[in-house]
Amino acid sequence: MTRHRGRGMAAINYPIGMNLGGDPSQALVHSNPSGKFTVALSSIDLGQGMKSVTRQICAETLGVPVEDVYVDTADSDTGPHCMGSFASRGTHRVGNAVMAAAKEARGVMMEAAAEELEVNAADLETDGRGNIHVKGAPHRAISVKDVAIAAQFRQGKTISGRGIFLVPLSDVDPETGEMSPATCYAHACLVAEVEVDDETGEVGVIRMDSAYELGRALNPRLVEQQLVGGAWMGMSHALYETTEPYYPDPRQGPRDFVEYLMPGPGDICPHDIAVLERPAPDGPFGGKGPGEMCANPVLPALANAIFNAVGVRIDELPITPEKVLRAIRAQGGARPQTRR
Amino acid sequence: MTKTPLQFRHNGREVALFVDGGTNLLVVLREMLGDVTPKFGCGQGGCGACTVLIDGEAHLSCLTLAETVEGRAVETLDGIKTGPNLHPLQQAFAEGFAAQCGYCTPGMLMAAKALLDRIPQPSREQVVEAISGNICRCTGYEPIINAVLAAAASRRASA
Amino acid sequence: MLELRKDIFADERDDNLNEVGKGTQRQDMLGHVTGTSTYFNDHKLQGMLHLRVVRSAQPHARLRRIDTSEAERSEGVRRIIRGSDVPRNLNTLLSLINFGKDDEPTLAVDKVRYRGEPIVAVVAETPRAAAEAAAKVRIDYEDLPAVFDVEEALKPGAPTVNETYPKNTFIYHERYDHQKLRFGDVERGLAQADHVLEQRYQMSPIEHAPVETNGSIAAPDTNGRYVVYTSTQALFFSLDTCAKILDLPSNTFHFIGGTVGGGFGGKVDTLTEPLAILAAMLTGRPVRYVLGREEEMQFGPPRGAERIYIKDGVMRDGRIVARQIRGYFDSGAYTRLSSYAVVKCAAHLPGPYTIPNVHGDIYCVFTNRTPATAMRGFGITGIDFALECQMDKLAHLIGMDPMEFRILNAYRDGDMKAHRREAKNTALIECVQVAAEKAKWPMREEFRRMSSRKDGGGARAAVPSTPRETAATRPAPAQQRTSYDRGLSSPPLEPPPPPPQSPAPSSSHGATRFSSVFGTRRR
Repeated sequence: MTRHRGRGMAAINYPIGMNLGGDPSQALVHSNPSGKFTVALSSIDLGQGMKSVTRQICAETLGVPVEDVYVDTADSDTGPHCMGSFASRGTHRVGNAVMAAAKEARGVMMEAAAEELEVNAADLETDGRGNIHVKGAPHRAISVKDVAIAAQFRQGKTISGRGIFLVPLSDVDPETGEMSPATCYAHACLVAEVEVDDETGEVGVIRMDSAYELGRALNPRLVEQQLVGGAWMGMSHALYETTEPYYPDPRQGPRDFVEYLMPGPGDICPHDIAVLERPAPDGPFGGKGPGEMCANPVLPALANAIFNAVGVRIDELPITPEKVLRAIRAQGGARPQTRR
Repeated sequence: MTKTPLQFRHNGREVALFVDGGTNLLVVLREMLGDVTPKFGCGQGGCGACTVLIDGEAHLSCLTLAETVEGRAVETLDGIKTGPNLHPLQQAFAEGFAAQCGYCTPGMLMAAKALLDRIPQPSREQVVEAISGNICRCTGYEPIINAVLAAAASRRASA
Repeated sequence: MLELRKDIFADERDDNLNEVGKGTQRQDMLGHVTGTSTYFNDHKLQGMLHLRVVRSAQPHARLRRIDTSEAERSEGVRRIIRGSDVPRNLNTLLSLINFGKDDEPTLAVDKVRYRGEPIVAVVAETPRAAAEAAAKVRIDYEDLPAVFDVEEALKPGAPTVNETYPKNTFIYHERYDHQKLRFGDVERGLAQADHVLEQRYQMSPIEHAPVETNGSIAAPDTNGRYVVYTSTQALFFSLDTCAKILDLPSNTFHFIGGTVGGGFGGKVDTLTEPLAILAAMLTGRPVRYVLGREEEMQFGPPRGAERIYIKDGVMRDGRIVARQIRGYFDSGAYTRLSSYAVVKCAAHLPGPYTIPNVHGDIYCVFTNRTPATAMRGFGITGIDFALECQMDKLAHLIGMDPMEFRILNAYRDGDMKAHRREAKNTALIECVQVAAEKAKWPMREEFRRMSSRKDGGGARAAVPSTPRETAATRPAPAQQRTSYDRGLSSPPLEPPPPPPQSPAPSSSHGATRFSSVFGTRRR
């Protein structure tokens, strides 16, 4: 029995948002009389951090601290339409809608502040800490809270904004497939190192090194969550998961987590990640969307690493020990390739 | 169906109720006591989302017949804070971004608490083993393992 | 461990921001670690009933008789719902964006098309009473031949899975059984290549396996409305689907969700909401319909399987000159969202590379299995697996380093993509460079110096002449695992011009030959 090490890599790109566009999202932003803002969405947070990333986008656009913004999601009576949380569209589509709504609300806020300070709104700026002051004259300032009170009770203004973001729907040419599928793309390259046991066919993942380009990383901790969790899912897809182990034979489908295999906490490996930020021209602060694409390079990188380790190509997923072992036997034993 | 009287301690509070034969502890906690911190993930003992402590030991409440906790102490995530203060594990999970959708988090925290109550300074391997019955589909486990270790370290620091 | 490489593309960013770019704590973290984040199933309503569906035991069968009499008499049963109770018992999810034909009933009426298809819903006082009654529903099946393989399903004489699409494929542009992508002349490109490699890849069906299963609670609200707590990933998508199926104005419903225990694409299909609401309407009581784990595993829609054939022509110097792809998406018995993924897949060809001749035919195929749906990387994950395994094989075939092979063929700003749009904002080369650096993977200096922002466009921006297709052009029969060397006698190639710095082995197709075509355009 020998355990063979091997390395493989893969590079990918990923379209952001629903293919062809035509997938709008809306947002509403308003202030209460204390200068605290609520973002109303019908978008969904299924763990990816929708509430958190839109909160930061809103705070940045308004020029207020993030603690002064709260995002309320997914009530169809209060949240305006959103296509949904899928297709890596949350950050890009909903983020842009929130940005537009916050911009409109900021416009009203600055007008109201200008009236209080008796200056032109164009001469004002926010300090990001909850105050608005005259550019170059920080002492001529008013707090966002006082602006909100004045707007509500004296000026009769609503500090609020509406936003929608829509990439217009693209046609598809039936003959050539000419189309505008997406406005921006995320990118990645991942190197995986594996250890393959030529007696059992088992594949252990030793480590991963990767580079992901995601537009601006709006919140690096959220990005890290997606990339680490997504790589785990990619590893799981590559080596473990299927609802039909002998597809297209529909039998032997798993019924529970005992039969449906996924790597556990003891099967994971160190993963060293670099994040590159080439801002998307139409993304909110240049953001794209890391959610889906992070799993994709792992599958082929592992398959390629297995080839490097033992010289077998497994072109059918998942790459189970059974498949690896049969392939090794079919070629008369492991044939390690040039070590990388 | 006959009802069985049942009495046990729920997060330090004595509770008494009548349950149908065959009712599991998860249903008692969620439906009858209104403690929805343990989650239903599979009902088969396969995911760990319903993990609670019974007399300090981690158990799957979906596979625990309610009658078997008669006279015992059941602890859920709802009971691990001290007043308004987060438990060190909760603190560490938050600081380590060890939750995404949050659905496995209550079970993870209870499994981890059972470990730290027994072994205050566990090795990484012991942490892995302690949470290996709990499935997380979002995080890839690494932040969870690190958070449990961080909680242990913070306890050591404050002790 | 995560490192931000702020040095790369720094000139394209203004990093002077207050909140964006910070690792701010999640708004929902406190709720998560205290167990107070409220998921749909954490709502408890007085007098709640429980719904369970009776599912088909057969993959393909006519329903001769559905006998619910014993189930109706079962203890605790409040209502049995059949297909005839559903106001509009035929729908397709993407009808909301006018894509595809209604092809799927909420409850099967005359025929079942996959094992596990819902036939009858039982509404009872407890989950147990619902399960016991469901077991008493008697269904008399007349088995029909079933088909499970995507290519078998396309053969003449294959059983028709779904009568809406009699040939077992989704229909594109009202005329084709697949989505085409045509760019350049792939036959000519293949004929001129030094090597041709054709391979077959198979992606497995995969369950989303969120720890929270699909479910919803519907309850009569005041003023004739219904409140619905739901695990949906797409609130209005689900709401509008319910409005259509139940034939009611959308403002009849108040959907509440937003905190979901994982989705990954498996909570878009609106599996439970229509029946939960209908049951609430028919009983006047709150109704909960939540999938059990086995239901979720077996009958919750999976990521569909994909079969992909790739035939590539590559030159000895590493340039890929032609890529031909046939892909089959296994949609299962109904369309759901697979039709959409097929177009997304076609748009993705030939991967993030500039290849002058690309030819794609992607099919959405119906088989007698659980309908597939979206999953993380929908339409792309499978093809990326195939493409990147293929890239590794091509690099091996010509004896080139796989990293350098990617960089040589990578798309760059200004290049024309196969769907005929200019590549912009690209960054594949930089990702490969940084990953190599991190992994200490040796790379030659000239490759380390290449850039997505240099040497693209020019001749690489042209749309190549693309032959019109005759009706007789059919996909070649599957040639598997073929690799053959055409030797040096091939006629010289038209562009693709490779980047000028690319080091070419001494060959008649040396890259330098083409460098004069577009020079060293800087963007």
